[in-house]
Amino acid sequence: MTSASAPGDRDNNDGGDGTAPHRPDTGDQLHKAASEHATDATDAMASRLAANARSDGAHSAPDAGAADTRTPDSTAPRAVPDDEEIFAEAAAGGPMGPVPPQPKRSSGASGPSESEISGSAVRLGDRIFKGLAAGAGGLLLVVMAAIAVFLIWKAWPAIKPGGENVGNLFTTQAWRPQSDPPMFGIAALLFGTVVSSVIAMLVGVPIAIGIALFISHYAPRRVATVLGAIVDLLAAVPSLVFGMWGLYFLVPKTQGFQSWLNQYFGWTYLFGYPDATQASDFGQSLLIAGIVLAVMILPVVSAVCREVFLQTPRETIDAAWALGATKWETIRTAVLPFGRAGMISAAMLGLGRALGETIAVALVLSSGFAISWHLLEPGGDTFASTIALKFGEASSSPLGIPALIAAGLFLFVITLIVNSIARAVIAKKKDFVA
Amino acid sequence: MSTNLQTAPKAKPSAMRSQLVGARLPKFAVPLTAIVGIALAIGFKYLLSWSGWSTTVVAAAVLFVIVLTGWSFSVEGRRRAKDRLASTLIYACFVAAVVPLVLILVYIVQRGWPALSANFFSHSMAGVGPDQPGGGIYHALVGTLEQVALAAVIALPVGIFTAIYLVEYGKGAFARAVTFFVDVMTGVPSIVAGLFVYTFLLLGTGARPFGFAGSLALAILMIPVAVRSSEEMLRLVPRDLRDASLALGVPKWRTITKIVLPTAMSGLITSALLAIARVAGETAPLILLVGYADRINFNPFSGDQGTLPMMVWDQLGKRTGNSGEFTDGRAWGAALTLVLLVLLLNVIARLLARLAQPKRG
Repeated sequence: MTSASAPGDRDNNDGGDGTAPHRPDTGDQLHKAASEHATDATDAMASRLAANARSDGAHSAPDAGAADTRTPDSTAPRAVPDDEEIFAEAAAGGPMGPVPPQPKRSSGASGPSESEISGSAVRLGDRIFKGLAAGAGGLLLVVMAAIAVFLIWKAWPAIKPGGENVGNLFTTQAWRPQSDPPMFGIAALLFGTVVSSVIAMLVGVPIAIGIALFISHYAPRRVATVLGAIVDLLAAVPSLVFGMWGLYFLVPKTQGFQSWLNQYFGWTYLFGYPDATQASDFGQSLLIAGIVLAVMILPVVSAVCREVFLQTPRETIDAAWALGATKWETIRTAVLPFGRAGMISAAMLGLGRALGETIAVALVLSSGFAISWHLLEPGGDTFASTIALKFGEASSSPLGIPALIAAGLFLFVITLIVNSIARAVIAKKKDFVA
Repeated sequence: MSTNLQTAPKAKPSAMRSQLVGARLPKFAVPLTAIVGIALAIGFKYLLSWSGWSTTVVAAAVLFVIVLTGWSFSVEGRRRAKDRLASTLIYACFVAAVVPLVLILVYIVQRGWPALSANFFSHSMAGVGPDQPGGGIYHALVGTLEQVALAAVIALPVGIFTAIYLVEYGKGAFARAVTFFVDVMTGVPSIVAGLFVYTFLLLGTGARPFGFAGSLALAILMIPVAVRSSEEMLRLVPRDLRDASLALGVPKWRTITKIVLPTAMSGLITSALLAIARVAGETAPLILLVGYADRINFNPFSGDQGTLPMMVWDQLGKRTGNSGEFTDGRAWGAALTLVLLVLLLNVIARLLARLAQPKRG
């Protein structure tokens, strides 16, 4: 047994050194030695312990501490060869090549600090692999930090106080970085982004939750599977397509609806459009952009909500039924509270999409850079659509690109805030998540 | 809690009407109400001379809800009426939303199908003006496939390794930070990712737009999706498998590469395909980073490249000032191709997921 000297075997000894004192064969004498070893390790003791450890091989697992000291010598070593072969194969066979045996001296020296039982065996392969995995995670953090740094750095000429911009960055409703003197502000962009996203959330999220409930708790199982697949597929449809649908289909088809809204609900101010004289005046308004966004986020939000609703514990639902609840009461008392965190996170996912959506909005809206609470009036801009639409002409002026990057920076900050709030809310409700 | 419920005698369903059951609406109540609602709505349409059918449909739906809920309230009481109202609204949500969503797909196919032809797939747009027929998407298809493939090569290893870290090693503040930033990164708008790559790659070096820059932005968008879904797949691998492997003394990294990853392989492939599908239709970063070329450019590392989303954008942009007859057709054709590509990826991914679910036990 002790002649087995594959690199992996020694490797194991190095790691298992701390548990060596528990070897059953020499009994109390060794235990005493172990306590000495723990306080003052000598080379001789280390090598002696290592020799013992070798005879015990991989059995340095946690149960070693519980092992009876009178365990017959014969049983433990018998089981060893297989394990040792695995060890040797494992350590030597990987892409890292054989692990070089470390001198016992160092292992003895490192022993004292380690726990008597666990004796962690950190191999080179493990270290490299963990490094790779952690490095990938770290890369994410670096990318996020780099996004912030680069955007701030390159946007600085546009956002610095006392720059060439004669407009106020936060209140000016214009976007003319190419004019002389340049004048631009994010007020209209912020307004358009927030309003269109809010409309999208108000319209989209309740309907999405309704669809999710329908698929998860109302539809027959067979139908539900098919519908779930369809909704998942729709979630993958590129936003560009939704934008085209909005421009070609929704805008012309809803002119009558918008004109009707104006006629009967114009007094709400929101739906008023006093300048309109005929139905064809209506069209590319913030309201329609919001509805296109709502349709766009529907599949995404309902796909996530459906997953969450399906995970409601059967017992909770059965308990509600058993108490005589109607279907709706079951859903209200069992399914919705359980899914609250999931619903919030789904809604935030949708909000993130809506805030950052570029092409669909750029296609549907007609840009105007003015704040108007008349939601039916054509016009309106968002951060993302402005970046996409103004990029072509931006490089002709010194402040064009920095101004757009500043817009991107604000969009980034807004999504960051929204996401952080969502995280915080979800963390609070976490006890409902299974 | 040792009562054995399985041996409990089952109550026989009583054919008699129990005193415990309250009054219910008859079975034909729902269809009857629907007929009444529709009839009333049509009556209103002619009485008030509404133009168009959409108002009538909405009115019928509203009447149906009001009549059914009112009837239920008077016969069955408040709780059941609420239940009926909620059910009706949930059904209505479905009808009012899923049907239009599917109709969008039908609409795209309707508009795009006439454009598809062998010629459309094998020719580029080089030398084809907005008022001319012909031209195709070959150049755009090449660009999209190359850029998405490059993005996948960058993003998937990073994503899967991050997922491994979070599932197998992740503890403490660093893992929490990574989880948090994966969530935050999911919310990074595509245009911001594009701007970022633009600032550090193109603005920094003064380079012209090229395909690989787009790939980088797509990779940034792909990573969080890949992390999230791979993480879920890895968590599905039973704890026992890992424990068994570790108990045999197999090092952790060998356990991961030989036990965990193979077990989750089909799930990982699925999540990879879904992540690819998620970014394949992104347009916004490409506007900034790749530009658009109407001729064929096989090299993603130099020069503008055509892509499917950008071709749609380009053709739509050329609509103004022209008849739009040919540009519209090409734009819808390219959009349909893009949708088909994405749907194909999705279908393959889901089939794979169904064929080989993570093995259990």
